[in-house]
Amino acid sequence: MDESLIVSLKDIVVDFDGERVLNGLSLDIHDKEFVTFLGPSGCGKTTTLRVIAGFITPQSGSVLFDGKDITGLPPYKRQVNTVFQKYALFPHLNVFENVAFGLRLKKMPEEQLRPKVLEMLEIVGLKGFERRGIHQLSGGQQQRVAIARSLVNQPRVLLLDEPLGALDLKLRKEMQLELKRLQRELNITFVYVTHDQEEALTMSDTVVVMNKGNIQQIGSPQDIYNEPQNAFIANFIGDSNIVDGIMVKDFLVSFCGHDFSCVDRGFAYNEPVQVVVRPEDVAIVPPSTGMLTGLVRDVIFKGVHFEMHVDVEGKEWLIHSTQASQPGEIIGMNIGPDEIHIMSREGV
Amino acid sequence: MLRSKTSRWAAAPYLLWMAIFIVVPLFIVIWYALTDASGAFTLQNLAEIGRYSSVFARSLLLAAEATVICLVLGFPVGYFLSRLRANKQHIMLMLIMLPMWMNFLLRTYAWMTLLEKNGLINKLLGLFGIGPLNMINTAGAVVLGMVYNYLPYMILPLYTAMTKIDDSIIEAAQDLGCNTFRTLTRVLIPLAKPGIATGITMVFVPAVSTFIISRMLGGGSNLLIGDLIELQFLGNSYNLNLGSAMSLALMVIVLLCMSFTSSFDEEEMEGVM
Ligand SMILES: Nc1ncnc2c1ncn2[C@@H]1O[C@H](COP(=O)(O)OP(=O)(O)O)[C@@H](O)[C@H]1O
Ligand SMILES: [Mg+2]
Repeated sequence: MDESLIVSLKDIVVDFDGERVLNGLSLDIHDKEFVTFLGPSGCGKTTTLRVIAGFITPQSGSVLFDGKDITGLPPYKRQVNTVFQKYALFPHLNVFENVAFGLRLKKMPEEQLRPKVLEMLEIVGLKGFERRGIHQLSGGQQQRVAIARSLVNQPRVLLLDEPLGALDLKLRKEMQLELKRLQRELNITFVYVTHDQEEALTMSDTVVVMNKGNIQQIGSPQDIYNEPQNAFIANFIGDSNIVDGIMVKDFLVSFCGHDFSCVDRGFAYNEPVQVVVRPEDVAIVPPSTGMLTGLVRDVIFKGVHFEMHVDVEGKEWLIHSTQASQPGEIIGMNIGPDEIHIMSREGV
Repeated sequence: MLRSKTSRWAAAPYLLWMAIFIVVPLFIVIWYALTDASGAFTLQNLAEIGRYSSVFARSLLLAAEATVICLVLGFPVGYFLSRLRANKQHIMLMLIMLPMWMNFLLRTYAWMTLLEKNGLINKLLGLFGIGPLNMINTAGAVVLGMVYNYLPYMILPLYTAMTKIDDSIIEAAQDLGCNTFRTLTRVLIPLAKPGIATGITMVFVPAVSTFIISRMLGGGSNLLIGDLIELQFLGNSYNLNLGSAMSLALMVIVLLCMSFTSSFDEEEMEGVM
């Protein structure tokens, strides 16, 4: 067995009301890793998390923790804690007692408990809030209490279900950094759920892209972004241009009436493929020197860059560039070999 | 400002009603309780209540028993109701309220025929060679009648309080190490406290003052305060002054009970606010 594995899901099947929600899902999570489940709403992220936490017993398949089968173990016996989507703080307890809840259940003596709770409140930036009621806190503060309440129990794995979903953008960015810092400092495994691809890419060591109860791809944020395995992922992870092409031979692909060199190989001669090009990977050049030419339709200023919609032989391309072209202008477009990602067209 | 003024006037008819039918009668009761047949001031009536302390004690005991049983039965029912999906909740609530649409006397009569020596239950038990059991005219029958009649008043406030508890709070408790029992004592009961307090009041108050249930199911040997008071006003031992004194004593008991449960309730609200 791989020593660093902490949680393994094996062929997990979950049905709700006769509908298949998780479809034979298998996944390995390594110790001290920051893993993110990323996927559109309703794809089964929360359900997967609840299987790990023990709130759902799968119809079939097994959950291993440290190599031991814990499929039937109730939640209160698992070395896992959850930060819930809606915080789920105890309204009848103040901040201190919310955080102390798990330790009191373990009958930790007061003189040990007190400094531990206070230390955890300090770590999440809520020093001095001990005696506040839950309803006297902002959403961000409530979320910090929820995180402290889980972490104080020193779980091996912390599960977080869209914990920042209810916060505004600025606070969300702040909390993203803070969660990442907490994970690194406390050195425990985080399993994080989000439908926000940017959040997933900035925080994670490993991203698990899900769709319709299946895992689409597992990899580092760079892998997922640069080498999406299918059109769903390419579309879901950031903007991208996806066009049909022909893999003429190894390292040569043809699309939009032009042959491009690329870094992919191993396809059949003249195999139909899909080509993914990220909007920021298209270089704008004078029309005479461009591999492709296009007609600029719209230009939108986005702060750091301009977003351009360009018509190339009847297909609209999205291009991000720091220099603006004018609507109606004809531009040349170059794409380097490294910027072309080839996906097999089977199974799409 | 305008709204508060008009709303104050809107309450006027009710205040008038209260004054005529509640405050004035209350003073009449107090006046009777503190005078003798000739109308002279006396504490004799209040002192005489002491002779009936066993009846008061029995009333309190039976009402308390019924309240506890209602709480124990009603809590799980309220909890499961609150966890059902909204449309099912409404159907189940209707079913629970259904017996209340029938007349109170009728319902209690039904229990008489069930519990009698030759009643349905004894006949049924007879088929198995058991009994006949002596069920009617016992303290147990009175408690049963109270539980049966007042259980919905316990279930409803418990259900209402528990609908406010989100599933995720219960899951959070389990996640942090609560087994079923701990979830109950650490989270469910504290959060249901307002409902518990209301339910206790709504069952205990009518139970401690009932006279119909005890008369129909308790026979002569299970006299309650209510029966005693009725006897003074409508029965053989006609004595308005003593009856008023007893009513006053009962009112004090009820008030004490309500202030006890509402203090319990407020304490809870402080934690929430
Ligand atoms: N308790 C439940 N009962 C019935 N269907 C459910 C339940 N929980 C989730 N589902 C369904 O399962 C699917 C996946 O849900 P979920 O795991 O919450 O998705 P996600 O978290 O990715 O948005 C959805 O179609 C949802 O409607
Ligand atoms: Mg979800």
